[in-house]
Amino acid sequence: MRIILLGLNHKTAGVEVREKLAFSGDKLFKGIEKLKALRQIKESAILSTCNRVELFAVSESDEEPLEPIKDLLSEIHGIDKGLFSPHLYVFYDQEGVRHTFRVASSLDSMVIGEPQILGQIKDAYEFALKNKATGVVLNRLFSHAISTAKRVRSETKIAENAVSISFAAVELAKKIFTTLQGRTSMLIGAGEMAELAARHLVNNGVSNVVVANRTYQRGCELAAAFRGRAIEFKDFLSELVNIDIIICSTGAPDYIIKKEQAQRLMKDRRNRPVFIIDISVPRNVDPAINDIDNIYLYDVDDLQGVVDSNISGRKREAEKAESIVNEEVERYMKWLHSLEAIPTIIAMRQHAERIRDEEFQKLKNRFPDMDEETLRAVHYMGTAIINKLIHPPTVALKEQCEDSKELVALIKKLFNHKEH
Amino acid sequence: MLLILPDIAIGLYFIALIINICSLFRDSLKSQVFFPGFVITGFIAHSAAIFCRFMLTGNIPITSMHESSSFFAWSVMVIYFYLYYRYKFMLLGTFILPVVVVLMLSSSALPSEIRPLSPILQSYWLAVHTLFAFVGNASFAVASGIGLMYLIQERHLKSKKTSPMFKRLPSVQILDEINYKLIALGFPLLTFAIISGALWAEEAMGSYWRWDPKEVWSMITWLIYAMILHLRIIKGYKGRKAALFSIAGFITVLFTYYGVNLLMKSYHSF
Repeated sequence: MRIILLGLNHKTAGVEVREKLAFSGDKLFKGIEKLKALRQIKESAILSTCNRVELFAVSESDEEPLEPIKDLLSEIHGIDKGLFSPHLYVFYDQEGVRHTFRVASSLDSMVIGEPQILGQIKDAYEFALKNKATGVVLNRLFSHAISTAKRVRSETKIAENAVSISFAAVELAKKIFTTLQGRTSMLIGAGEMAELAARHLVNNGVSNVVVANRTYQRGCELAAAFRGRAIEFKDFLSELVNIDIIICSTGAPDYIIKKEQAQRLMKDRRNRPVFIIDISVPRNVDPAINDIDNIYLYDVDDLQGVVDSNISGRKREAEKAESIVNEEVERYMKWLHSLEAIPTIIAMRQHAERIRDEEFQKLKNRFPDMDEETLRAVHYMGTAIINKLIHPPTVALKEQCEDSKELVALIKKLFNHKEH
Repeated sequence: MLLILPDIAIGLYFIALIINICSLFRDSLKSQVFFPGFVITGFIAHSAAIFCRFMLTGNIPITSMHESSSFFAWSVMVIYFYLYYRYKFMLLGTFILPVVVVLMLSSSALPSEIRPLSPILQSYWLAVHTLFAFVGNASFAVASGIGLMYLIQERHLKSKKTSPMFKRLPSVQILDEINYKLIALGFPLLTFAIISGALWAEEAMGSYWRWDPKEVWSMITWLIYAMILHLRIIKGYKGRKAALFSIAGFITVLFTYYGVNLLMKSYHSF
């Protein structure tokens, strides 16, 4: 039995290759059906996301299933094998298990620790399960991958800190205001990034959004999206007195909030803290404003700095995560080996029982006068001998040790099994 | 037993402090589990020590520097427990426990023999005056610790640099709020302490106010905290300046408490 994992990801293939191999729409169903139809493969599953395509297979025959799988990929996506083959990686058994666990734990992701991949793994597994493509080995592989990912998540800080600018803004806002519940926010300018940042703030509890845009109409549209209110651009300064979080992203060539204005604003606000996020380039808010007490001004580079330090923090955490993955891979492999031992255990027992039954028959034929009770006793004795005799090898096989493969081979040889 | 109880308390507080500081740099979970055990047991030992002293002398145990330092520390612990329970931030101990440990050590270092209470002090005013004074002092002490936390967190936010501490410290807004509340609690207590002290002095010595160094410095302390509250309420001071003032205020408290007794001649000996 062999676990085979074949795939490509953002590290091995550019988007132009990945998009061609993506199992979108009903291609996923087609792919699973075709994999199931391959005689070399017993179990299969497909994971397809924008960053990776991974095919999971369990093979029990000696025939190499790699080429048929590649053919299948080329057939489904209608592209030449030569186009994607150089980008493919193939992992077998332990390495395949490790890769699966690393992917699920988001260690192989473009942004380490991003949470989506786990959901995608779950979906891929459920789809394969629903279509009866998986079996004992892959079912256990996926559920173990999911629990490993959860363990990594809870035992390391890999997913703890924000790694996008808008999440970093939310994180900082919470260190200023404790909670964003009931806070007010103003968008000055209606850029895409500003909108995204505002979206995150609103999702975290900011309740009142005011939009000040040069084109009033666009401002209204954006305000409607946040159930906020639009104001004329020229009025924004006078409205700031009630605003806790300011997101600035106009295309203005110079500062639209100057230091004196900010000082006056703080006086009017009685020094209640203000968080200003200036994501416009060139900057729209005088950087000197950061020196005023109770104003916290962050520009794009500042936010990027927070993100960068969080990313390097995640990389440190990833090392801890790798050792968790290694532990779990070991546990899975032990289980897999014990699984391989099960047919041998059954065969061994059947073999012994067959001998007992044959000998019992011979005995009955030779002594036809034997009474029922004696017969039962003899049969019982036979069974007892079997049990006592095969108990140690059974335990040895079940014990999930490293060399169980060799042990299985040895026991097969000792008991003279050809096939089971 | 009575003699070693305070030492046990100091030891336990100290271990708790070390655990708390370590949690800053290491993944908390493991050592943090023991933290509450150490602080709470320390506090029980501390309370028992004060209670034994009370049983032994028959007076409220705030009649000497030795006793009052210990009671001062005990009041700080009470406020600490309240804040810890109310706001649940771990790192509070790193900023509060050093004050407690230092107070306890100074209590141990000061002469602890029990002397008969002078007739002047034998009055119900003793309990009233000292309780107000030390609970007030304790809330100023915690306010300054919170003020320091505020300054550190504000620096993180202003300098745009994160550190392990940045993640563990609460928001500047909540720190500012607690700092304000503690001063708003300490100020009326200090006021009552001064008033009750004046009434007591009149009763015992015939005049309300004798320009004794202790009285003068209490008044200076009172004026500083009055100014902080004035600036906060009327001028809308918040944040950094308020935090700095609260630290300055506590330095005056310490001087009024230790400095006056050690450096100046005062009839007021604790």
